[in-house]
Amino acid sequence: MYIYDDYDQRIVDQRVAQFRDQTRRFLSGELTGEEFRPLRLQNGLYIQRHAPMLRVAVPYGHLTSKQVRMLAHIARKYDRGYGHFTTRQNIQYNWPKLEDVPDILADLATVQMHAVQTSGNCVRNTTTDQFAGVAHDEIIDPRPWCEIIRQWSTFHPEFAHLPRKFKIAVCGSVEDRAATWVHDIGVHVVHNEAGEVGFKVIVGGGLGRTPIVGAVIREFLPQQHLLSYLDAVLRVYNRYGRRDNKYKARIKILVKAMTPAAFAAKVEAEWAHLKDGPMTLTQAEIDRNAAFFTAPAYETLPAEDAGFAQLRSENKAFARWVERNVFKHKVPGYAAVTLSLKATGVAPGDATDAQLDAVADLADQYAFGEIRVSHEQNLILADVKQSDLFAVWEAAKKLGFATPNIGLITDIVCCPGGDFCDLANAKSIPIAEGIQRVFDDQDYLFDLGEIDLNISGCMNSCGHHHVGHIGILGVDKSGSEWYQVSLGGRQGHDASLGKVIGPSFAQDDVPGVVKQIIDVYVEHRQDDERFLDVFDRVGMEPFKTRIYAKERAHG
Amino acid sequence: MVKAPHIVKLDRATGQRQIIANHWLRLAEAADDAVPPHSLLPLKEWLERRDELIGRADVGIWFAPDDEPEALGSDAAQLAIIAVEFPAFTDGRGFSIGRLLRERYGFTGELRAVGDVFKDTMLYLKRCGFDAFEVRADKDVEEAAKGLDDFTEYYQGAADQPLPLFRRRSA
Repeated sequence: MYIYDDYDQRIVDQRVAQFRDQTRRFLSGELTGEEFRPLRLQNGLYIQRHAPMLRVAVPYGHLTSKQVRMLAHIARKYDRGYGHFTTRQNIQYNWPKLEDVPDILADLATVQMHAVQTSGNCVRNTTTDQFAGVAHDEIIDPRPWCEIIRQWSTFHPEFAHLPRKFKIAVCGSVEDRAATWVHDIGVHVVHNEAGEVGFKVIVGGGLGRTPIVGAVIREFLPQQHLLSYLDAVLRVYNRYGRRDNKYKARIKILVKAMTPAAFAAKVEAEWAHLKDGPMTLTQAEIDRNAAFFTAPAYETLPAEDAGFAQLRSENKAFARWVERNVFKHKVPGYAAVTLSLKATGVAPGDATDAQLDAVADLADQYAFGEIRVSHEQNLILADVKQSDLFAVWEAAKKLGFATPNIGLITDIVCCPGGDFCDLANAKSIPIAEGIQRVFDDQDYLFDLGEIDLNISGCMNSCGHHHVGHIGILGVDKSGSEWYQVSLGGRQGHDASLGKVIGPSFAQDDVPGVVKQIIDVYVEHRQDDERFLDVFDRVGMEPFKTRIYAKERAHG
Repeated sequence: MVKAPHIVKLDRATGQRQIIANHWLRLAEAADDAVPPHSLLPLKEWLERRDELIGRADVGIWFAPDDEPEALGSDAAQLAIIAVEFPAFTDGRGFSIGRLLRERYGFTGELRAVGDVFKDTMLYLKRCGFDAFEVRADKDVEEAAKGLDDFTEYYQGAADQPLPLFRRRSA
């Protein structure tokens, strides 16, 4: 875990003072609403449907138990007793008072947290794999690189007012769990043939109105050049990205218009001037950051704990939870546990102050005091002894966090939608709940296996519906809420965008449509084929035929 | 008519600031005849008359956000003043123009930000190499100058401090 030194603390403290002054000037009329807007957005403060919404940064999804207790405190003191974890590894508060925000930031600063650049047209919070540092398939730990990027991007003077928002994700494992192919920049930490560390750089991916899978613009960037190269990419974007139309302002549009090859050439030309300059990383700085992400004090344990194996064989419910919510750890005898924030009837990603406090306690007792946030809106205890899994399960059950559904159809990724978000065209939380209720039979749910279901309440795609195996998008049709369904999307190294199945559906019909999709899958499944495998084999037609059969019958 | 002083001028060596009146006239188009003293010409116009104007210390250039510092190139090193226009403070292209002029083309004269300039953009501008800030006339210039003090430490290297924090941290 990165720990602030005096410099980091001073920067965050000065930010609190700056924002306090900006808020004061807005409230006194010295700053107009139009002037204040970009300033508050760069501090994660939206003016929303019910109240301001404050988005707090959780850099690359890492939290200490002390920080989680502070998040609980803020939920309790300034909000309505809960917070919402987003698909970008942030936490949002839906009900703060504008006048309180400077005090909230001051409280956050005491635990080395902030809301810097969680919104606005600047470089956003860098995201990564929730299992970074512990994943069995990890090649290189991405976290030091995330921290290096965090510092570089914080109040970057040249890129404070980009054409649009800018999101960077980093991945260092075989499987891509950070959706790097659908970010403005995706960074893969890799080795070259000589065994040196560097980066494969992907640019121009993104979801939203114009979903695009990014293109590789550099196969291998030696590690010391990361920041000068990022400067070059951002400079090209800042100068040439479109500013006349906000829907065409993301870097993906520029890359597409120029072609990835021409864009890459432009970046290389810019980088030629910056390469080996002062932003070239030093080994000392790389080592300094890496030193914060060392392994905790693991015990030497057998690969398989006997007591755990026995409990698993005796207790079906525990075994199910282990199968879905426990991830293979690289250290023998340990496991990473996902606490599901996807219980039926609770908005996906929501946690109350009491739950947050309890998670902090769990982390202290069983997981070296550390908590992670995933972009699928769940919480993770990354380092749990196998012998403690049963106790963690029991505790998680009491908290409502033990729903054994990670990676299953009810582990729905969902934006706040029209219930909370001003941008939304349609509600998404009730849709999620409706679908969860259809799949309430656990045996059936388990039998269905891996299915990513993602819901967005509008084209901005905060619910990443394009990369859901089943994606649902709320659309506005002459003032009423409709839902478009797509199939076949995915977010890993084989990232691709779902295809729309056909005309959209009314809210009440959505759970039934999802049920029909699943029925078609089950009927076509051979052996233990996954949903995606079946879809790739049989294509859209059987799904389409079933769902629209009635309409066709009526002519 | 003397315009009210609303320019914050920064001494880059000492960090001292003063508030001064503007003596430069920004021309939207250059006249075909003689260019009057203390004129700022659009980049395109200046380039067309480069050979005539290159030696004049009383003629400067102003950049629109889509003007390219590359077009001026090393001539920048001979100019006394360049103004960069920020039509809206949210248009960040001028930041890149400032850095390129300072760091790549050797411009050492007065780099002036004009347009939608006020307290909350001052420090970013300074970091990108600006040393004169034509604060919007409807804003309090004294208050705006305080924006330069919002932060005392920065992570990245930029025009005002080329060394990133990680090089100074370890020093």
